[in-house]
Amino acid sequence: MEIDPFIFRLSIFILSIFIGYYVVWSVTPSLHTPLMSVTNAISSVIIVGAIIAGLAGNSDNDFTISNLLGFLAISLAAVNIFGGFLVTQRMLQMYKKKKKDK
Amino acid sequence: MMSANLSAIFYLISGVLFILALRGLSSPETSRQGNFFGILGMTIAITVTFLSIDNFSSGLTYVLIFLLIGGLIGAFIAYKIPMTAMPELVAGFHSLVGLSAVFVAISAFLNPEAFNLGSPGSIKLASLIEMSIGVAVGAITFSGSIIAFLKLQGIMSGSPISFKGQHILNALLLISIIVFTYLLCSTQSSNYFWVLLAVSFLIGFLLIIPIGGADMPVVISMLNSYSGWAAAGIGFTLENSALIITGALVGSSGAILSYIMCKGMNRSFFNVILGGFGAVEQSASSGDKEHRPVKNGNAEDAAFLMKNASSVIIVPGYGMAVAQAQHALREMVDTLKKNNIKVTYAIHPVAGRMPGHMNVLLAEANVPYDEVFELEEINNDFANADVAFVIGANDVTNPAAKSDPQSPIYGMPILDVEKCKSVLFVKRSLSPGYAGIDNDLFYKENTLMLFADAKKMTEEITKNL
Repeated sequence: MEIDPFIFRLSIFILSIFIGYYVVWSVTPSLHTPLMSVTNAISSVIIVGAIIAGLAGNSDNDFTISNLLGFLAISLAAVNIFGGFLVTQRMLQMYKKKKKDK
Repeated sequence: MMSANLSAIFYLISGVLFILALRGLSSPETSRQGNFFGILGMTIAITVTFLSIDNFSSGLTYVLIFLLIGGLIGAFIAYKIPMTAMPELVAGFHSLVGLSAVFVAISAFLNPEAFNLGSPGSIKLASLIEMSIGVAVGAITFSGSIIAFLKLQGIMSGSPISFKGQHILNALLLISIIVFTYLLCSTQSSNYFWVLLAVSFLIGFLLIIPIGGADMPVVISMLNSYSGWAAAGIGFTLENSALIITGALVGSSGAILSYIMCKGMNRSFFNVILGGFGAVEQSASSGDKEHRPVKNGNAEDAAFLMKNASSVIIVPGYGMAVAQAQHALREMVDTLKKNNIKVTYAIHPVAGRMPGHMNVLLAEANVPYDEVFELEEINNDFANADVAFVIGANDVTNPAAKSDPQSPIYGMPILDVEKCKSVLFVKRSLSPGYAGIDNDLFYKENTLMLFADAKKMTEEITKNL
């Protein structure tokens, strides 16, 4: 009997929750704000769905509502991706060690 | 065109890179590298998606244009946003994740062929369930984050809004979501899909309005978690492992942060979510308010005290963020250090409006992160310190949390500021903190109250040092 591919995806999902659990507990509390902004950025990988939605279907120029929603979702996710990673970068640049110049 | 198997492997790689991105945050040294892994993972995921589409429709131009527009807006925001506005920014970003999840789900519902989910009217059952979860959680994330954003931005009052029957209404709406999902799956009727969407928007809104301003750290973490679960739901629909992995990571990350924040307030998650905290307590405590004498000081007194100290601990709170006092504070500390005074910072887990809020502000003001300590690391040092300088914090120092079982914050872990030889409180007025309770610390012998704007007061102290 064949196993439904859904089960494999479910396995990935469950195991990833565990990975997330251990990885996030190891994040130092002082970096919790960057953690939030970076998780924000990576959850916008939902853009792959938006791209498929935007490009789906016909080759002529009449777009369906489905396409248009895809376009909108692309720009929303892109705001998040660029904004999220760049603001994280900006924050992380500020975390510096004490200068030992004496 | 890339084969489905090859692209699946690349999606897996980008999922792994996202794990490494979070792993990097375990220390500030590796964090920048972690962020790079995140960007790499995202680049791979997007590139692979383009490569796996067989014939590009004329939509490609539009896809690229919309990508560019979004990217430019995002980059612009990222460079312009002041660090004090980080909670609002994160809440705003969450709402975008939620809304794009909703759009993708609607798009998949209207055009299931594009996603290999069947045809309209006969979508695969599993896909329909996954889609419903994605659209419901996405919509809740969206409207909830909008409310959180409005409250943080001050457009909407931070005080909790509650009405009779609120919890029952929310419970009924939650049940109706399940009912509509069932009806949608059994009839495939698009009407149920739209009703489901509308109810989800409504419930996101209703869930967040009763939660007060200072509970925002929990709310933001919770919405962070939701945005992850929404992404995972869509990931199942699209059968995309990068999305599933990321959704799970973000979901558990937000859940852990919510847990840490709740623990920092010694409150259960449900207690926070059911809301109405600040409002009830304020009305209860206003009746028996007594006027006790406080010692009122000025910048000169404060400067004198600190000059003669050998160690000072700074306790920043939300008030510091409001007054934008972090830079002035750093200058004051620099002057103190020149006088060979040991200065450290103590951060309470729920200080500010989001997890790690104070740390970012201090980092912005060039405070080295190895001078900044968490509650457990520093709490024993208060007994040996000469001066505690409390700037814009209140409830997190209130000894009532330990001594008064009647107090609404009883049991909350606090910074043991009262053990210091002397305490300086920079505050605008005697008004109680968010929890609406008086702080006994104000009336203690060794406490000096400095009533002023946090930034002005710190600047004046520096002048007097």
